[in-house]
Amino acid sequence: MTDSSSRKPPSPAPTPENEPFWAAAAEGTLLIKRCRSCGNAHYYPRAICPYCFSTDTAWQASKGEGEIYSVSVMRRGANAPYALAYVTLDEGPSMLTNITGCDFDALRIGQRVAVRFLSTDAGPPLPMFAPIGD
Amino acid sequence: MQQVPLWKLGMTIRDRAYIAGAFEHPTRHAPDKSTPQLHAECAAGALADSGLSLSDVDGYFCAGDAPGFGGMSMIDYLGLNVRHVDSTETGGSSYILHVSHAAQAIAAGKCSVALITLAGRPRSEPFGRTPGTAPEAPFESWCGVTTHNSYGMCAARHSHEYGTRPEQLAWIKVAASTHAQHNPHAMLRDLVTVEDVLASPMISDPLRRLDCCVVSDGGGALLVVAPEVAKSLDRPLVSVRGAGEAVKGPMGGRNLDLTTSAAARSGPAAFEEAGVSPSDIKYASIYDSFTITVLIQLEDLGFCAKGEGGRFVADGNLISGAGRLPFNTDGGGLCNNHPTNRGGITKVIEAVRQLRGEAHPAVQVANCDLALATGIGGSLGTRHGAATLILERQ
Ligand SMILES: [Zn+2]
Repeated sequence: MTDSSSRKPPSPAPTPENEPFWAAAAEGTLLIKRCRSCGNAHYYPRAICPYCFSTDTAWQASKGEGEIYSVSVMRRGANAPYALAYVTLDEGPSMLTNITGCDFDALRIGQRVAVRFLSTDAGPPLPMFAPIGD
Repeated sequence: MQQVPLWKLGMTIRDRAYIAGAFEHPTRHAPDKSTPQLHAECAAGALADSGLSLSDVDGYFCAGDAPGFGGMSMIDYLGLNVRHVDSTETGGSSYILHVSHAAQAIAAGKCSVALITLAGRPRSEPFGRTPGTAPEAPFESWCGVTTHNSYGMCAARHSHEYGTRPEQLAWIKVAASTHAQHNPHAMLRDLVTVEDVLASPMISDPLRRLDCCVVSDGGGALLVVAPEVAKSLDRPLVSVRGAGEAVKGPMGGRNLDLTTSAAARSGPAAFEEAGVSPSDIKYASIYDSFTITVLIQLEDLGFCAKGEGGRFVADGNLISGAGRLPFNTDGGGLCNNHPTNRGGITKVIEAVRQLRGEAHPAVQVANCDLALATGIGGSLGTRHGAATLILERQ
């Protein structure tokens, strides 16, 4: 079952806390947050580190590559088929996302993927992923 | 900071509260009623079951299914005059957690008759939760998360790490359907086989239609009361022996683990307070939004080791009279009822039936004096709340 790409996900609604993330997304860059105090990276990005509660967090550009931690292809319903997944970025954090533009039946846990931003009608683009090499 | 468990300091809910009333609404489709009306009918049912009256109620508990402004709308609608109110929301596990919170309030002298209600009509009116202003909304609201694919990711990862097979998950549905045959109110009363489950349509990999619970209108209510109230009533004594609760989410995405739930914390806390172990449990109500929900909780509660759930549930081990751990003898959410997409209250109700000896004779567990009710609310693959109760017949 291949991605027919007919699905139109809603535009995200940025908040002041994550505005830089969406500005970078518009330029094709995936940002994560890294804490200068404890050194851990996290996603989705917060102003205050969820691991040590330091306010000394900095935006970091991710290479935008990682591997599928888990994936489930929705086969029923209005927008089906589409693939919901967690991708573990090479920088550490896992992020909830969609895998697009591929043969859904060939997706597997551990597969290498790269970010592929999907434009939206009324807002910034969305950080989805596609298998590397596809 | 090392925390000393409060029960070690003599601060515990153990035997400080009893479940004196339990009622499951018989409807599974209620286009002709309002949701508040269903709450009221459930409250009336629990009061009739206990022998108490509305004026005895001095505490009220509800969650996100209660229409209007938390408990305030419902307390006014029901005509309650309470001195304690709690609307803690952990999705479908809320009502299991409410029993614990009610017991805490009773132990602290804040109320003596606590009413818990749940009701809703997902088959009859628009239903759904919008992410709204949740902190994760900008990053997740576009992903198309449903319960099916959220739990599907957990099942897929469990299969990847531990080799759990679809036919093992299917045994959970087979056991539920074996019990549902005897429940005249159950939505799905036909016995199904492993082959039937594997032949049902794929919904979200690897979960098939028969891995999913029913969608039903309906509701339920519970009355948690002080010991002196319970002992004044003409009902079997079902005491709250221990409880635990926990919330888990991806928490920034570090060391993501979709194969372990918050029940890995709520369960041990409940067992520790109760002073019993999984092998002591005669009957278990295990929240069954999906088959995988049951399997992961069984592992997290210590009924088997992590990764052994597939082998544990196979070959009828959850079937009353046949297996080692009789579960969900009403047919559970998988076959009987999952009112307003929240199965927590029916888990407690069937545990109470078992402890009273009031389950259907075909599924009643012999000498059932210790039971567990546990639940996962919310979304197992993203954010969820677990609550575990251990109940005892005295
Ligand atoms: Zn930090």
